[in-house]
Amino acid sequence: MGYKILFKEEVGPGAYRMIIEAPHVAKNAQPGQFIVLRVHEKGERIPLTISKADKENGEITIIFQVVGKSTKHLSLLNEGDELQDFLGPLGMPSEIDNFGTVVLIGGGFGTAVLYPMVAAYKEANNHVIVINGARNKDLLLLEKDLSQIADEYYVTTDDGSKGKKGFVTDMLKELIDKNVKIDRVFAVGPVIMMANVAKLTKQHNIKTIVSLNPIMVDGTGMCGSCRVEVGGKTKFACVDGPDFDAHEVNFDLLMKRLRMYRTEEKISLEKFEKEIQNG
Amino acid sequence: MGKIKPKRVEMAKRPVEERIKSFDEVALGYTEEEAIKEAERCLLCPKPTCVPACPVHIDIPGFIKWIQKGDFLQAVKVIKQDNPLPAVCGRVCPQEDQCEGSCVMGRKFEPIAIGRLERFVADYEAKVGNIEVQPVKEKRAEKVAIVGSGPSGLVCASQLAQMGYKVTVFESLHEFGGVLVYGIPQFRLPKDIVKREVEYIRKLGVEFVKNFFVGRTRTLDELMEEDGYEAVFIGTGAGLPRFQGIPGENLLGIYSANEFLTRINLMRGYKFPEYDTPVKVGNTVAVIGAGNVAMDAARSALRSGAKKVMILYRRTEKEMTARAEEAENAMEEGIEFHFLVNPVRYHGDENGWVKEVEVIKMRLGEPDESGRRRPIPIEGSEYRIPVDTVVVAIGQVPSPIIAQTTKGLKRHERRGTLLANEKTFATTKKGVFAGGDVVTGAATVILAAGAGKDAAKYIDYYLKNKDKPNIWEELTNS
Ligand SMILES: Cc1cc2nc3c(=O)[nH]c(=O)nc-3n(C[C@H](O)[C@H](O)[C@H](O)COP(=O)(O)OP(=O)(O)OC[C@H]3O[C@@H](n4cnc5c(N)ncnc54)[C@H](O)[C@@H]3O)c2cc1C
Ligand SMILES: Cc1cc2nc3c(=O)[nH]c(=O)nc-3n(C[C@H](O)[C@H](O)[C@H](O)COP(=O)(O)OP(=O)(O)OC[C@H]3O[C@@H](n4cnc5c(N)ncnc54)[C@H](O)[C@@H]3O)c2cc1C
Ligand code: SF4
Ligand code: SF4
Ligand code: FES
Repeated sequence: MGYKILFKEEVGPGAYRMIIEAPHVAKNAQPGQFIVLRVHEKGERIPLTISKADKENGEITIIFQVVGKSTKHLSLLNEGDELQDFLGPLGMPSEIDNFGTVVLIGGGFGTAVLYPMVAAYKEANNHVIVINGARNKDLLLLEKDLSQIADEYYVTTDDGSKGKKGFVTDMLKELIDKNVKIDRVFAVGPVIMMANVAKLTKQHNIKTIVSLNPIMVDGTGMCGSCRVEVGGKTKFACVDGPDFDAHEVNFDLLMKRLRMYRTEEKISLEKFEKEIQNG
Repeated sequence: MGKIKPKRVEMAKRPVEERIKSFDEVALGYTEEEAIKEAERCLLCPKPTCVPACPVHIDIPGFIKWIQKGDFLQAVKVIKQDNPLPAVCGRVCPQEDQCEGSCVMGRKFEPIAIGRLERFVADYEAKVGNIEVQPVKEKRAEKVAIVGSGPSGLVCASQLAQMGYKVTVFESLHEFGGVLVYGIPQFRLPKDIVKREVEYIRKLGVEFVKNFFVGRTRTLDELMEEDGYEAVFIGTGAGLPRFQGIPGENLLGIYSANEFLTRINLMRGYKFPEYDTPVKVGNTVAVIGAGNVAMDAARSALRSGAKKVMILYRRTEKEMTARAEEAENAMEEGIEFHFLVNPVRYHGDENGWVKEVEVIKMRLGEPDESGRRRPIPIEGSEYRIPVDTVVVAIGQVPSPIIAQTTKGLKRHERRGTLLANEKTFATTKKGVFAGGDVVTGAATVILAAGAGKDAAKYIDYYLKNKDKPNIWEELTNS
């Protein structure tokens, strides 16, 4: 079973969309689920959200941001190349229903995760408001795709190079202040962003779901690498999540755990970059 | 037979200084001469006490007799009638509790080294490359799915393939072998041995599918209702790690044994950065627990650069569940054993890294349901031990996913194990059998292998009688 790359495109600086041939994954995939892949024989297992599942053609779309060695290596592969391993779909599907008005917030790589959710909420007849945030306009992902399906579409950039100057939370606050009736918020992106969204919506008592991205190994519930604290209890994000009630999540712990291998990640990336230079 | 020889022939081991620096196998195995010499100690008892003590009842004197004669291939043949994984079991069985523990020689002298002999002949067979694949007599049309490629699944698959069935093994990880590849380290069970067994089973015609998580990729119901599998064997093991649930357990540097060993074994973390997956091993490592898993974690930590490794166990040396040989190896290698202490809390530094484990002293009370004396905390005896890394090895339970996603499959409420008939391995769902750790809870390789083998018999019986009315009642009530 090869997992062939059928299509590749750069969707932003250091961000890529790939379509992978994986009929057995596509068959049962639902919004909110993810895959675990290995690029090569000595590679690590990395989780990526299923951005789109084409059941008929047996294809899975992933969108990823280059942040370290594995995603860098993945970005260097081309159409026709095959991945070493591709497992999925994993995790619990997102709870999608007709809630009314839903605000979907994506920041950084989170925007990639957001994309299938926007489509799914839309399909369930929600009024869908999207807030897409980035540091500057060059880093904004999936502008075209998101603005096309969303009922309302807002952009924030830290430097004001596009849309509203500020953070996604500033935009959300503006909506709240304008008395837009919000029935649910879904946020995914950097931990600090999700934590701030949670803080804001808690004040206003708006149910908020976040998609967590802890470090994973197997993705099937047998190692405990992905443990997160929700409502004071330890949960395995790969089995119980990745979606959780934002108001119950211990974001501080998540942030710390994501930094656990910082030294090793640096060693790994530097070694790889040297290898690329030397051909 | 001649005179009684009280002492067993020693098996060569790699010297301590050398082995704590590498993941190469510690035990080196017998030479041909040594094997024959050890075999000659066996009394070839007409009513052997060793055989009933082996969970799969290998004809022990039967195979030892062939070793005495120097015909090692015949010896393997005898073993393989009952145990398809002799190279594995000879290495990892808790022999002191099983075959060797009941050998008559052991009453006065040292028991026959049955495990070492079993390992020797299996390795000999592999070395001379004489592993013949028996041609299947009759082909059968039915497809059988095996979920999980641990010892139970592998053995079940090989037995069914030999009966002529079309067998597919589905494994969620990217390598086959279950605990044999992700849990038990190289220095006890080299990965090549597991590969060899998998290749052999592949030659029998079994199809192996990796990266396939039954319950998510396909549900078991879909496999049966849509994909045409008429029977299923579930051998998904007990892989869900347990934690104590004490404060600070999610601090950085605190691993479950499964994660620690998976990073090291399956992902080859000990070869980082040649392999991409890192593992953090500080100077001082505490391992909680004293079973095989704990020994493996402790010895792996030592080989990954730790200066000081401690086993913290709430009972005493006598109650340890690890194989005697491995506990001895661990002690030789300088692992420190702290008995009668139990962690109650972890303390971290300002960045969230574990810094100290706080333990409470214990004493032993009355025996509990397992027959071991219950440990009782001594109030006010808490103290702290400085650590950089902690590995929690206090047991695993079966993952709930397969039961949650399959209609009609029932679990034991408290233990989380799948309910299956003890003799036939039939579960609460028609056509579905289960065995190994997923049914018994964490146990042993040979018990899992034996379950796979016996289940294959009943799967065959079921498929041949599937149109019989009440066949499932028959299988679940016998
Ligand atoms: C359920 C889930 C869904 C995800 N979906 C997407 C997605 O759709 N698109 C996307 O760009 N990213 C996604 N991520 C994050 C992605 O997995 C990491 O960016 C990737 O693993 C980094 O690997 P690396 O070797 O390139 O970087 P590294 O150098 O290894 O690490 C860079 C940073 O990534 C994080 N990270 C490292 N290893 C892992 C790991 N095994 N699992 C999770 N995070 C890790 C750490 O915070 C680290 O600091 C998702 C993560 C999870 C848990
Ligand atoms: C570290 C360690 C050391 C041990 N040492 C010893 C020892 O010295 N001697 C001894 O006798 N025993 C030992 N044991 C116990 C022994 O390994 C187990 O009892 C035995 O492996 C159980 O076999 P099994 O076939 O039931 O399952 P496992 O070996 O656990 O295999 C189950 C397989 O199923 C796969 N799987 C799970 N769920 C799914 C799914 N839904 N879909 C597809 N695949 C799935 C898993 O990935 C795994 O590969 C040890 C265990 C560990 C963890
Ligand atoms: S399988 Fe295990 S218990 Fe049985 S004879 Fe071999 S080593 Fe002993
Ligand atoms: S009980 Fe001991 S001496 Fe007797 S046959 Fe078995 S191994 Fe040999
Ligand atoms: S990634 Fe291993 S349990 Fe979740």
